[in-house]
Amino acid sequence: MTTQHEYVDGNRLAGPLADVFAVDITAASTSCIGCGRRSVVAQLHVYVVGEGYVARCPGCQDPVLRYARTSTGGVLDLRGTLSLQVPLPG
Amino acid sequence: MVRRLAWLAGRVVEARHETTTARTLVLEVPGWPGHLAGQHIDVRLTAEDGYRAMRSYSIATPSDGDRVAITVQRLPDGEVSPYLVDGVSVGDRLELRGPVGGWFVWEPSSRIPVLLVAGGSGSVPLIAMLRARIATGSTARFRLIYSARTLADVLHADELAAAPEGVGVDLVLTREESPSGRPAGRLRLDDLGRPRGPVDVYVCGPTGFVESAATMLVTLGYDEARIRTERFGGGGRP
Repeated sequence: MTTQHEYVDGNRLAGPLADVFAVDITAASTSCIGCGRRSVVAQLHVYVVGEGYVARCPGCQDPVLRYARTSTGGVLDLRGTLSLQVPLPG
Repeated sequence: MVRRLAWLAGRVVEARHETTTARTLVLEVPGWPGHLAGQHIDVRLTAEDGYRAMRSYSIATPSDGDRVAITVQRLPDGEVSPYLVDGVSVGDRLELRGPVGGWFVWEPSSRIPVLLVAGGSGSVPLIAMLRARIATGSTARFRLIYSARTLADVLHADELAAAPEGVGVDLVLTREESPSGRPAGRLRLDDLGRPRGPVDVYVCGPTGFVESAATMLVTLGYDEARIRTERFGGGGRP
């Protein structure tokens, strides 16, 4: 089990977020509401508890994105994200 | 059309120990769509009582039909890795989904020199990149700097010793002298060296190792925009 002291990074979100996004979201960039920093989702600091994920800004550590898988669905909370920029083929 | 990422059944067709604590499993996955070096799979185990545990493992091999290999390091208190290293047998089936992750990947069409920096079993996606370079006949210059505790902990050691021209491999051993004569010790600035021109850098390992290596790389003048990192957690390895 990954604890609060053992964050991983947003690369880990690739599988779980494929539940709700049609494109690979780890290559998308976010801007943090707390400090405005732009980060690639793959580089967010991610804390994992079971099938719950909290992705924090590597700059200010504010939560940018949260996702939890329950037995009946997925819950995505993007309150900490100002925008999500997704690279798409032209 | 939206392609939903489905859970697939992979059959173990080959299993071999790389070290006393790490094993490579080759899986045959009907319907596997192919992948890029650096991508991973999620493996899900379900107990008889319905309890599920999911872990993410880097793919160790370049795309090869419906075959996918992972190299798993056993964690002493792990929930999934002890089963994959010591429990599973050839013929068993594993539930998996993938390939996932489109950022920490190496594109074989790239000619830009590559620096790979591995901490422990963080070498797995990086060896997939090295193998992809060789399999595709790429001439991009590669250098792997691989930090491990001792020589006995180095994964795929024979293959690394036989690296072809254009591929440099430097071992950084933390608990004993390296074959090159480097004294035991953690990764240092002079192990990495300064960049000469653009270099795509991939760093993978435990979180502390990745943070420290990435800081050193930026200090040495590597372009932050060309440094891609993958962290798999505390001192432990997945």
